[in-house]
Amino acid sequence: MATKRLKKLIRTARSSVLQHQHKRNEGIPFDAECFQSININKSAVERRAATVGKRRSVKKQWQAAWLLRAISLIDLTTLSGDDTPSNVIRLCAKAKSPVRQDLLEKLEMQNHGLTVGAVCVYHNLIPTAVQSLEGSNIPIAAVSTGFPAGKIPLKEKLKQIELSVNAGAKEIDIVVSRDLVLQADWKALYKEVKACREACGDAHMKTILATGQIPTYSKVARASWVSMMAGSDFIKTSTGKESVNATIAVSLVMIRCIREYEELTGYKVGFKPAGGIRKAKDAINWLVLMKEELGDDWLKPDLFRFGASSLLGDIERQLEHFVTGRYSASFRHPMA
Amino acid sequence: MKIKEIFESMEYGPAPESANAANEFLDKHKRKFQLYIDGKWTKPVESKYFDSISPSTEQQLAQIADATAKDVDKAVAAAKGALADWVALGAHKRARYLYAIARQIQKHSRLFAVLESMDNGKPIRETRDIDIPLVARHFYHHAGWAQLRDSDLKDYEEIGVVGQIIPWNFPLLMLAWKIAPAIAMGNTVVLKPAEFTSLTALLFAEICDQIGLPKGVVNIITGDAKAGSALVDHKDVKKIAFTGSTDVGKIIRRATAGSGKKLSLELGGKSPFIVFEDADLDSVVEGVVDAIWFNQGQVCCAGSRLLVEESVADKLYKKIRARMEKLRIGTSLDKGIDIGAIVAPVQLKTIEDLVAKGVEEGSTLWQPSWACPKDGYFYPPTMFTDVSPSSSIAQVEIFGPVLVAMTFRTHTEAVKLANNTIYGLAASIWTENINLALDIAPQVNAGTVWINCTNVFDAASGFGGYRESGYGREGGREGLIEYLKPKVGNSLSKKSFYPAPAASKNGKANKTALNGSIDRTAKMYYGGKQARPDGGYSSSVMSPAGQLIGEVSKGNRKDIRNAVEAAHAGKKWPSMTGHKKAQVLYYLAENLEARKSEFAARIKAMTNVSDKDANWEVEESIKRLFTYAAYADKYDGRVHHTTHMNVTLAMPEPIGVLAILCPDDFPLLGFISTVIPAITMGNRVVVVPSEKYPLSATDLYQVLETSDVPPGTINIVTGGKDELADVLSKHDDVEGIWYFGSAEGSKMVELNSAENMKRTWVNYGQFRDWGNEQYSAGEDLLRRASEIKNIWIPYGA
Repeated sequence: MATKRLKKLIRTARSSVLQHQHKRNEGIPFDAECFQSININKSAVERRAATVGKRRSVKKQWQAAWLLRAISLIDLTTLSGDDTPSNVIRLCAKAKSPVRQDLLEKLEMQNHGLTVGAVCVYHNLIPTAVQSLEGSNIPIAAVSTGFPAGKIPLKEKLKQIELSVNAGAKEIDIVVSRDLVLQADWKALYKEVKACREACGDAHMKTILATGQIPTYSKVARASWVSMMAGSDFIKTSTGKESVNATIAVSLVMIRCIREYEELTGYKVGFKPAGGIRKAKDAINWLVLMKEELGDDWLKPDLFRFGASSLLGDIERQLEHFVTGRYSASFRHPMA
Repeated sequence: MKIKEIFESMEYGPAPESANAANEFLDKHKRKFQLYIDGKWTKPVESKYFDSISPSTEQQLAQIADATAKDVDKAVAAAKGALADWVALGAHKRARYLYAIARQIQKHSRLFAVLESMDNGKPIRETRDIDIPLVARHFYHHAGWAQLRDSDLKDYEEIGVVGQIIPWNFPLLMLAWKIAPAIAMGNTVVLKPAEFTSLTALLFAEICDQIGLPKGVVNIITGDAKAGSALVDHKDVKKIAFTGSTDVGKIIRRATAGSGKKLSLELGGKSPFIVFEDADLDSVVEGVVDAIWFNQGQVCCAGSRLLVEESVADKLYKKIRARMEKLRIGTSLDKGIDIGAIVAPVQLKTIEDLVAKGVEEGSTLWQPSWACPKDGYFYPPTMFTDVSPSSSIAQVEIFGPVLVAMTFRTHTEAVKLANNTIYGLAASIWTENINLALDIAPQVNAGTVWINCTNVFDAASGFGGYRESGYGREGGREGLIEYLKPKVGNSLSKKSFYPAPAASKNGKANKTALNGSIDRTAKMYYGGKQARPDGGYSSSVMSPAGQLIGEVSKGNRKDIRNAVEAAHAGKKWPSMTGHKKAQVLYYLAENLEARKSEFAARIKAMTNVSDKDANWEVEESIKRLFTYAAYADKYDGRVHHTTHMNVTLAMPEPIGVLAILCPDDFPLLGFISTVIPAITMGNRVVVVPSEKYPLSATDLYQVLETSDVPPGTINIVTGGKDELADVLSKHDDVEGIWYFGSAEGSKMVELNSAENMKRTWVNYGQFRDWGNEQYSAGEDLLRRASEIKNIWIPYGA
């Protein structure tokens, strides 16, 4: 049972609207012509993906600064069957204070109010997160719509969204029905995602395509288009539960769709790679990818997030190495 | 810059690769390099040196020995001296040395990469991720070929001392492409790097030393054109391998004409990059980046002519411009740049002049908004639109980061535009339709065709040009042949092998053997029918006893012109399947068999050989037809093991229209032995039969007509051999020429062929035993009658 104080907190959380510098994607009417003729050449995409990180090098203070920026883009996540309030409380504490204070001071970033981009949990743990994040501006993201498989009736999906939004989640990560993607029932997919978006209201919606379960890049691109047309604020690669998670190549396919969608509609849609992003070097590669393919707007939390749980730990160690010149150990950094 | 500022701006910072190890190498040599001859650092005879400048800093890196002819003499002598032992060492021991070189390059890969980047101005990313790994790969691959040399290539032998001249755009990679196959096949080499970029070749010399490569097997002489020309002219050099400009390639062809030196030339290009409307345009954009902004566009196979289907042109141009804006230019050792410096001021000037000309001619120029660094020789990425094929920038190889874009309406027009060039090095085709891709690939005149990719290389695939992009291949099995010669046994001689005439009977011969029979003086034969000779002259054919046995028309340059046109019009033959071609060849054999005695009698009348020998020649000719009929559907290509998930098809293609000047001896077999392998590979031929014994060829007209040989396949012009050879070798629409005649005639043919880079096969006045099946028939002739096109098809869905 929620206490009176918690109810108030939830009210405040619900009423505060995310600050964005761009106009929110309202979606457009379904139009198969936009994506029907898409032909993605896999080997060419993979060649670009393999070299994009090697064409740029971010070193020294640039690396430190970019890694700090990466922290601000993390959806710090725990999505485990054995989550309890205790580990979520820890996670939220880490979200508010992601880097050791002495390191921040050395980096002259102590007054920057650096936090992660959001905390991402299952619905049941939203109240814990709301309480733990009190006073911070960190939004709570909740996975919804029968995450991760999505095998529940649409009615139930919409209900889940409503419940999570009411509980204080400001971001809802939904999963698409993979059967609709595999069967190329784009119209049905559009309707489903659009219904979810309506259920989200002011909460921002990230649509997970589960690209590891989509057989071709062309289909990934079509699913991206349908999700954007239906009003997704973000498109997201993976639940983290598929055997293949976010790759640079599949990200490239999706963000090129984002670019074309913006050209067509003027809406900027955000991107969230998720799953398997564990190393600071990976984070830099993704940032390079976003900067090169979409531009600096996509290096900010309103248009880019990492879905990650262990990435932060590696970044902390790299930052300590930058400050001290000594390789760090994970136990030297407070755990989440 | 403070972290919090970067945190806000998210800019890139400098990311310099350390030059320390490269500088140590230069310092160790006191920044003054000698020639590497016979395993020793040797001072140049004239003690002259030139400066090596780093293009992105304009700093002097070192002084380099300036070799002259005397130094070349020394180096060639060293290579010659090392040859016998190197050959005697055997395949396996040579393989060990090549393997050691590959390992050593890998172990010192970063030093090579940094030194190359400093010396050439190209981005460290490219030397580190592309050039040097390809160098190591080339030596590994050829260590394998060295091992297999005696088992897989036993019909061939080494050439001897090879002179190699390489360009500045891929200094170490071009060295690898030259040295690896040469020494793997048992040759010894003298290599001259380009004057602008000698340093990695000198580091390579050090590696040869470290692995204990026998002295004199590899000699490196640095210097300019005078050293190069001394190497080309040296009498002990048996082969020249050159990569560089078409102009210099032609000079080398002329300088070596008649010398018997084997040549491989990898020259310029203006390669088309063809984009169809169903292509993945975002991937096309990255392809364009790799095509024309790789190595500052200083790439012989750069996709410099963008041909786009009208329906997607504007969309693609917009995407390319956006991408260009994101390219980063800067000092070569920065790990975060896409474009480095142009190799030297003289090259920069050429680019600037050609771009100015493009603007002047009315094409629309686009360059990104950012500025190039002030120090160093930089030029921004550039795209021209509104270009027509007649613009200078559409025709001339710019060798810089300049793309010219044109549109096409139909697939046919795309092919026509692609082939509207004197070059034929490479092409890139972008479409998601495999049917379309594989339809266009064979139609484009280029040695390499990349489908949905570009500038992809691998040691297992041959690389080289069509047309004025040169000849010969580097890499793969096809590249090895350039460093080998077929064993000829006892099949070549200064004297004819033709059977001696039978003892002449006593008694006075009549003046004429015609004796009132109906005259059937042959005309010319082209386009599938006989045509009256332009000049209206005929010449007599006499028996050895001085009897007039017939007349043939005297062909002139107009007849050649007509025959070449007829050959080009004969499009049916090359498009027929191997099986269909075989049917026609068998049919020819059948019809020749039916008229065997008549052909034998004619041979006897012309040459006075014995009945037995005359019959033998006809029978041997029929056998030869069977041999090539058999090969017609069997001499085929390969699928090379190249990069991951890539089918690389090495397809033998016909050379095109081939001129054949038949040997004078072997009136029938000489014709059949040369013409039939040529057409077996799909060439159309213009043949000048034996000048002395032309009647066996003219008698064939009826056989050709009755054997379903499509019109234009075999075209015959009788007349004076050298007179017609002169016209044919100067004909720019003849793509190859085989000449069997005098030494002087051979020289003339090679000299004249330089202008349009015809593929030549001449006999330098030597006679060949055309009756010797082992050496004068079979795959080696089919190889000479074809060129390998490598088609790269990446896959994955």
